[in-house]
Amino acid sequence: MAGPEAGLRAEGVSLAYRGRRVLERVSLELPRGAWLALLGPNGAGKSTLLRLLAGLLGPSEGRVLLEGRPLAGWSPWARGQRLALVPQNGPYPEELTVEEVVRLGRTPHLGLLGREGRADAEAVDWALAQTHTAEFRRRLLGTLSGGERQRVMLARALASRPHYLLLDEPTAHLDLHHQAEFVGLLAGLRAQGIGVLTVLHDPNLARQADRVAFLAEGRVVAEGPPEAVIREDLLARVYGPMVRVREVDGRPVVLLG
Amino acid sequence: MVRAPALPSGRLPLRLGVMAAMLGLLALGLVLGVGFGAVALGPAEVLRALAGLEANPIVTELRLPRVLGAMLVGAALGLSGAAFQGLFRNPLADPYLMGSAAGAAFGVTLAVSLAGGMSGAFAQGAVFEALPVSATLFGFLGALLAVAVTLLLSGGASRTHDLILAGVVVGSVLVSLTSYLMLMDADRVRAVFAYTLGNLAFLGWAGVRSVGFYLLLALPLVWAFGRTLNALSLGEETARSLGLPLPRLKLALIAVVTLLTAAAVAQAGIIGFVGLVAPHILRRLMGGDYRYLLPASALGGAVLMVYADLLARVLIAPAELPVGMVTTLLGGPFFLYLLWRERGRA
Repeated sequence: MAGPEAGLRAEGVSLAYRGRRVLERVSLELPRGAWLALLGPNGAGKSTLLRLLAGLLGPSEGRVLLEGRPLAGWSPWARGQRLALVPQNGPYPEELTVEEVVRLGRTPHLGLLGREGRADAEAVDWALAQTHTAEFRRRLLGTLSGGERQRVMLARALASRPHYLLLDEPTAHLDLHHQAEFVGLLAGLRAQGIGVLTVLHDPNLARQADRVAFLAEGRVVAEGPPEAVIREDLLARVYGPMVRVREVDGRPVVLLG
Repeated sequence: MVRAPALPSGRLPLRLGVMAAMLGLLALGLVLGVGFGAVALGPAEVLRALAGLEANPIVTELRLPRVLGAMLVGAALGLSGAAFQGLFRNPLADPYLMGSAAGAAFGVTLAVSLAGGMSGAFAQGAVFEALPVSATLFGFLGALLAVAVTLLLSGGASRTHDLILAGVVVGSVLVSLTSYLMLMDADRVRAVFAYTLGNLAFLGWAGVRSVGFYLLLALPLVWAFGRTLNALSLGEETARSLGLPLPRLKLALIAVVTLLTAAAVAQAGIIGFVGLVAPHILRRLMGGDYRYLLPASALGGAVLMVYADLLARVLIAPAELPVGMVTTLLGGPFFLYLLWRERGRA
């Protein structure tokens, strides 16, 4: 599983949109079983990079490799079986049940007309169990809280049994308790060989990741383990002089003031 | 694990119940619709005539095609509405509000006038029997044009209000153009005016065959998009990330739905709101899974049309209202309610 063949890699990726350079020669690697956190201020290009890695956008320069092959060379179905994306904001189909939504995650395996079978049902059950959403599988999405809905979206992504999960601001609607639970959940997924990439605002969640990439104005300005990236000098350059970084349990914590 | 895979998600009995109830309403509507008229027929007479035990030309030549036609037109509109709402992820998208019905009417009228003037054809309902296929084809082209212009004006379909505004403008312009074509043949203004208002009085067996043909063609094709529409309800990006080739699928579905709309409009004129109301009520009753919602919306549209037609014939009997007027009077307030609810959300 190790080696350059396994992993999702961006190699010198640039993207221009309406004459503006949104991403500038970005290189990143997400191995299976690892958690890479993408940090950076608003408008740094984080979500754009995520779409590029998901194959929804093509780069103007450079390339994205999925398990050794350029992303553009994969069929959309095969790509969807390996890469699962959870965008930041809905829409959330209020009149579908949790289970109906999660079953949509099987689409890459079923195509347009395939019938769901035992493997599909098992993957759905597994995804519901992983995200602790099995108990409300019959409820309508419109009746769930923001945090519950977020877990359902994660379950939907997991139902395809992806090798890589791409999550845009997955903790945006979660309180502290559910954030902690979410980090625990990621640990479980990584142990099963799933590579996780999260776009995050909050550096204090990123401190738990294996590696952190800090994006500003479309460039990766720092990349490495959390303690190497979440540094006062670096954050102060981007966010201003109010930022303090302390160490708790051997990992950095960011404070304001 | 021993237990069976949890495939039916617990809503199957409810869904089957709703479908069965609609079939019951359709059967009742058939008996009432065939029975009502200048010569009233009791249920027993209707059933005997339908079963072929008693020859009754009023039933077989006049009323049965009309009632069946109403069901088929309603089914076409209900199915079209449900598909458009899923495709554009917009609860107010329907063939009437997006201007495609008006586009189809314009195309049909153009076909009729190109086919050598209207020369009495409208009044006798014979025009469509003379050219059912090309009328639908012209209607299809007109409706495609209308959808394209509407989408262009509204910059895609994601903003509900922009889409409706563009659709209403396109629809109004096309209705005006249609009226102009019709005024060129002043003798027929009345019959032709009734047609644009949505009218089932022109429906004969040829019309029933035409709508039935396109409905049978479209139903399985549209239904095959069920999973795609479900995935689209999670948003376009998610649907694409699941591997769905969206641009191609969208074009294909627009083509099929527009053809179906055109087939209905070619026989019955512009009938508003059926495509909006039927899917909306059914979504509430049995959920948003399009694999059930699409066929159910076809059934629901058929139910609405049969009873709307009955009202149209009863309200000012022995004269009758254009059925499109009835659906608009009933559907308009419903539309305003939906619009108001949408605004609360945006």
